[in-house]
Amino acid sequence: MIPEFAHYALILALCVALIQGVLPLIGAHQGRREWLMLARPAAQTVFLLLATAFVILAWSFYSNDFSVLYVAEHSNSQMPVMYRLGAVWGGHEGSLLLWVFLLSTWTILVSQLSKALDEFMVARVIGVLGLVMSGLLLFVITTSNPFERLLPAAQDGRSLNPLLQDPGLVFHPPMLYMGYVGFSVAFAFAIASLLSGRLDAAWARWSRPWTTAAWVFLTLGIALGSWWAYYELGWGGWWFWDPVENASFIPWLVGTALLHSLAVTEKRGGFKSWTVLLAITAFSLSLLGTFLVRSGVLTSVHAFATDPRRGVFILIFLILVVGSSLILYAWRAPKSSLGGKFSLSSRETFILLGNVFLVVSAGSVLLGTLYPLLIDALHLGKISVGPPYFNSVFVPITAPLLVLMGIGPWTNWKGSNLLVVIKRLWLAGLVAVLAGISIPLMMGEFTWLAGLGFLLAFWVIASGCLQIVRQAKAGKPTRSFIGMQLAHLGIAIFVIGVTMVGAYQEEKDVRMSAGDTVSVGGYQIQFQGVNVVPGPNYQAMRGTFLLAKNGNAQTIMYPEKRNYFSSTMPMTEAAIDVGLTRDIYVSLGEELPDKSWAVRVYYKPFIDWIWGGCLLMALGGILSISDKRYRIKLKRQAS
Amino acid sequence: MKPRHKRALIIVAGLVAIGVAALLILNALNSNIALYVTPSEVSAGKAPKDQAFRIGGMVKEGSLRRDDLTVHFVITDLVKDIPVAYTGILPDLFMEGKGAVIQGRMNANGEFIASEVLAKHDENYMPPEAKHALEQAQKNGNNK
Repeated sequence: MIPEFAHYALILALCVALIQGVLPLIGAHQGRREWLMLARPAAQTVFLLLATAFVILAWSFYSNDFSVLYVAEHSNSQMPVMYRLGAVWGGHEGSLLLWVFLLSTWTILVSQLSKALDEFMVARVIGVLGLVMSGLLLFVITTSNPFERLLPAAQDGRSLNPLLQDPGLVFHPPMLYMGYVGFSVAFAFAIASLLSGRLDAAWARWSRPWTTAAWVFLTLGIALGSWWAYYELGWGGWWFWDPVENASFIPWLVGTALLHSLAVTEKRGGFKSWTVLLAITAFSLSLLGTFLVRSGVLTSVHAFATDPRRGVFILIFLILVVGSSLILYAWRAPKSSLGGKFSLSSRETFILLGNVFLVVSAGSVLLGTLYPLLIDALHLGKISVGPPYFNSVFVPITAPLLVLMGIGPWTNWKGSNLLVVIKRLWLAGLVAVLAGISIPLMMGEFTWLAGLGFLLAFWVIASGCLQIVRQAKAGKPTRSFIGMQLAHLGIAIFVIGVTMVGAYQEEKDVRMSAGDTVSVGGYQIQFQGVNVVPGPNYQAMRGTFLLAKNGNAQTIMYPEKRNYFSSTMPMTEAAIDVGLTRDIYVSLGEELPDKSWAVRVYYKPFIDWIWGGCLLMALGGILSISDKRYRIKLKRQAS
Repeated sequence: MKPRHKRALIIVAGLVAIGVAALLILNALNSNIALYVTPSEVSAGKAPKDQAFRIGGMVKEGSLRRDDLTVHFVITDLVKDIPVAYTGILPDLFMEGKGAVIQGRMNANGEFIASEVLAKHDENYMPPEAKHALEQAQKNGNNK
């Protein structure tokens, strides 16, 4: 009975979401106050209904209710409770339920935290979110109902793909979806302002913290996914340019452009139409990402069982959203293109340039991702576009961003004297050049790519440090200033990690018998043997490796090869010795005929800086949201 | 500078940036695309000669043979077989009788030297390219 109740709650939520999407928008248009007032209670009702459905699905997993098809397909009574709960979003239906649930969470947050805003604006924003919600709920109910029954009930479930039985999976999808879905708020603000014709600095100020929040979640979500792939897939890579990774990275790039463009709109009233277009694009790309991942047109770890109806539905929904918002945009967007006047040496120029590079890089990734699909659809053959394409295109397009990042924050709005800026920055330039030459030499081998990586990273770091010192002397720096510096510093840290791993990692596939030693990156790794170890729902072959440096024992590493009872598929669980300046990564391949093992050993210098950099970026975002400027101005508006 | 000139300069700079990007992209696309070829097409000599390409198909039952770290196996679309050699550690889901996609080049002896072996992440999942190869082979077989 209970799952039927949840199904009913979903249908009811769709009806209420339609009310939330239609009446407040008409009310705002015709000035009917009583219809406007429906927005908040409708949003709250949808939230309660979806929360109910979500909790019931989680309960079905918790209580091993295998009469629910989705539970039977993705869970198993032997799975630990944490993974049973994580399995709620381990498949297609559940992850879509998570999508709509998070959308209604954002809606509730907007409706609760926007009490100071003018009620017409709030009603429109909630209304647009309601329309998006209706479309997605219709999708869930018609094609992807997670509460479908399996009668008679299965004795036990089929279990979750062992790859996904991991703490990383428990947190990665919700984070990523919070980011994806969060761009719907920026989108709703943009559409609402187009509808009202009030595209001003106030609008940018309202949507800025929301956009930043979504961006923070997306950053963390992508970083978590990359980290998970690193330690779980057993390949030791951190980014594969897999189409699904790209599907999350493209909205991130556009979202980053949006953050910066919003700053210009807020401070200077410029770039209005550009900002609106970016907001529409960021959300459309999030939807496109969902389409690519969920329709099964892409093949990857994320592609669940495919159903063509689903792809067609999302595609139509996508076309509706993009089409209608672009028509509205063409009709209502302000005609003045660049807003307030500014000179070539102004901060506006630098942000604009940065925006161009970000958008072009997003376009190049999008092209590489969609190109095989396009060729296939035109029956020109089947092809794949691999990492070399992305590396050779993405790096040259994004490298100038780091140059801009070192200069942009020093310039003033409207215009500043570039000579003065250059005079202040000569020290940063010197540090950068020294770092670019000396670090590769210290690492033992100079390559131009590594030199460029360190040069750019230290350019950003040195410029940021100089500016922080200067600002600290001048007075108390604001939180949004520190946030910006922190996020830029995060990029530099990230670049250092990428450069180090790219240029100086060592990878070895070797055959080892007990007692053999292999050395990598100045470390010696001795193989002790393999023994059988039982786990909760699997049995593992566990290898024992002694890690030593210059003969001094450091630690013992235990990589595993697991056989899950519910599946015929073996799982490699790598052992990683994490360090600030290097990771040592050992994973077991297969057993060879003569009782020796194929073993993969990696030395990954500074790899954790990659995710550390992402963490810094997110932290920067959080700091800038907490800037008191947003709250004070909101209060002023209320009084 | 007059605002009109400034705007023109910004537009020109933007166009140049996009043009350079387009050049980079086209160039990179040209040299980094791997064509999917079915085993039947390979044995008919339709595979690219001087470029790496991908083969989709099934790993033939009983064909897996190890020679130190090098693995030899046969990839098939159930009509034609192609011998493959790969040095390194195979992915977890690589198994005889399952679908796989491999990337590499043919050597002079007619053996495919794989630089990459891709098996998918779910045991119940067949790579579409492998499925495509099987379907193609079946279709051609029926026509004969």
